[in-house]
Amino acid sequence: MEILVCVKRVPTVGGKIAVTPDGQEVDTRMSGFSISPHEECAVEEAVQITEQAGGTVSVLTLGPEAAIEQLRGALALGAGRAVLLETDGREFGPIATASAIAAEVRAHGYDLVLLGNEAADTGDYQVGIRLAHELGWPVATGIKNLSVSSDGVVARREYRGVEEAYELPLPAVVTVKEGINLPRYPSLPGRLRAKRAAVERSSPTWAAEGLRKEALRVPASGKHQATVLGNGADAVPELVRVLDELGVLS
Amino acid sequence: MTVLCLVELDDSDPADASLRALTLARTLGDTSVRSVVFADSDRVPVSTLADYGVTDVYVIEPGTLEGYAPQAWARVLAGLATETGATAALAAGTDRGNEVLAHLGAITGLPMAANCTLVTPDGGRTHRLVRHRWAGLLLEDAVMEAPIALFTVATDAVAPVSAALPSGGTPPGPPVPAAIQVHVHKPELAEADLVVRAVESPASAGGVSLATARVVVGGGRGVGGADGFAPLEELADLLGGVVGVSRVVTSEGWRPHKQQVGQTGTKITPELYLACGISGAIQHIAGCAGAKHIIAINTDPGAPILAHADYAIIGDLHQVIPALVAALRAR
Repeated sequence: MEILVCVKRVPTVGGKIAVTPDGQEVDTRMSGFSISPHEECAVEEAVQITEQAGGTVSVLTLGPEAAIEQLRGALALGAGRAVLLETDGREFGPIATASAIAAEVRAHGYDLVLLGNEAADTGDYQVGIRLAHELGWPVATGIKNLSVSSDGVVARREYRGVEEAYELPLPAVVTVKEGINLPRYPSLPGRLRAKRAAVERSSPTWAAEGLRKEALRVPASGKHQATVLGNGADAVPELVRVLDELGVLS
Repeated sequence: MTVLCLVELDDSDPADASLRALTLARTLGDTSVRSVVFADSDRVPVSTLADYGVTDVYVIEPGTLEGYAPQAWARVLAGLATETGATAALAAGTDRGNEVLAHLGAITGLPMAANCTLVTPDGGRTHRLVRHRWAGLLLEDAVMEAPIALFTVATDAVAPVSAALPSGGTPPGPPVPAAIQVHVHKPELAEADLVVRAVESPASAGGVSLATARVVVGGGRGVGGADGFAPLEELADLLGGVVGVSRVVTSEGWRPHKQQVGQTGTKITPELYLACGISGAIQHIAGCAGAKHIIAINTDPGAPILAHADYAIIGDLHQVIPALVAALRAR
């Protein structure tokens, strides 16, 4: 089984998120970079599938040269091949991103393409679906359980307390969510192999899209520091009074 | 102008997230808001839709299209958008709403803006909008140029407001239309649009869902381990709510991932979020910022969660929760 996993380099945000003075990007002076939990799980899922069924996991990212760090991270977890679609720093929209990935899929040939359900930073919720339409493949999104056989996949997710199961013929696109598995930690041999591995490169063309970012900003929070009701169990009577006032005790 | 809005149902009521989408749809100017519902005609909540300013409902019955098939739903919306000359088509920013609108974007070749909090027509084919990035931790101001503006509405940003406010207040849109028209719509669908279709079965857990719960009792690292959740469950039961947890709790395997509140888990919009032993990492705040009220119980008065909470108790949840349960039982 030939599997392609698409990942994205995004800033690692911890306790705080800030925007650069020009309002165009997240301020990364104090942060590292990583891939989102959804995508870590996509890599893990692909590695597990090929451990069972054989085949190769390729990992792809569209981003600047520095995103090779994220490709090596995925190689350390068991991916066998890495592809960088190198950008000149401009942000690709979802249409251009899907079309760049589709070109790699056509050139190499895959049975299954896995992505995270949405990118952590842009939250566009659509690259996997646009990719599937470009390829004429079926797609399931937000998947939390995946079983693969030679001719198809069964992909499951939960929606409003109901389990949905989708049967897809291969080749197919599936976007996954954190919780589908518990990703492993990279092994030492894995990390050494990843360090030496070659990265295939190409440079897709950027194109303007009908949705144009003007600026990013941190939302004004209506809240400030909490009113402290008291310490320990002694504060419980006051807490009960507040709960009653909020109308949640009815 | 015509605006087309996909409405999802909870049994026979519009889903809360869809009412929020309809509320935003009404503000798009001098428009006729038309909704699309996939259900039996007799389950369509016609009067609630009328209250929210809907002039026309297109009903696609199970006989025409059975169950949830995202690409087919999008194909139906594409057809209706053309037929009605819609200048915008939208849905709630739910898993289904985002999925169907993404398909609609791919089918039409148009851009789609996910999880908007504000959309304003700006003449011709232009809409100015504000949307979530980083699951709402940041806002993006953007401009969309398209013959049909495609977008979803963030589920925790726009409050659902009926156009027919009972008393006081100015309805944020045109007056309620005198009559609402129901059209049973029977589009022709291609096989290719029906390849991906959900087979539904009741989920294992059941009960109140995290996304729609009125009260959520949250547990984080401070709970200490898998066996520490019983008092939180008991409290949630007493309050008619459910337990939600932080990411560390699910990655430690203490609780299943479906209980995770956060950027990569569930976004919640309860009346009350009681965050116990949760420090308040920014990814967690992305999931709980939609709560109307937040109360934190934490041993650390410097925990980031206190900057997002209305009230706090400084103390050990292992003492506070049992005392609270006892006090509530004694009432």
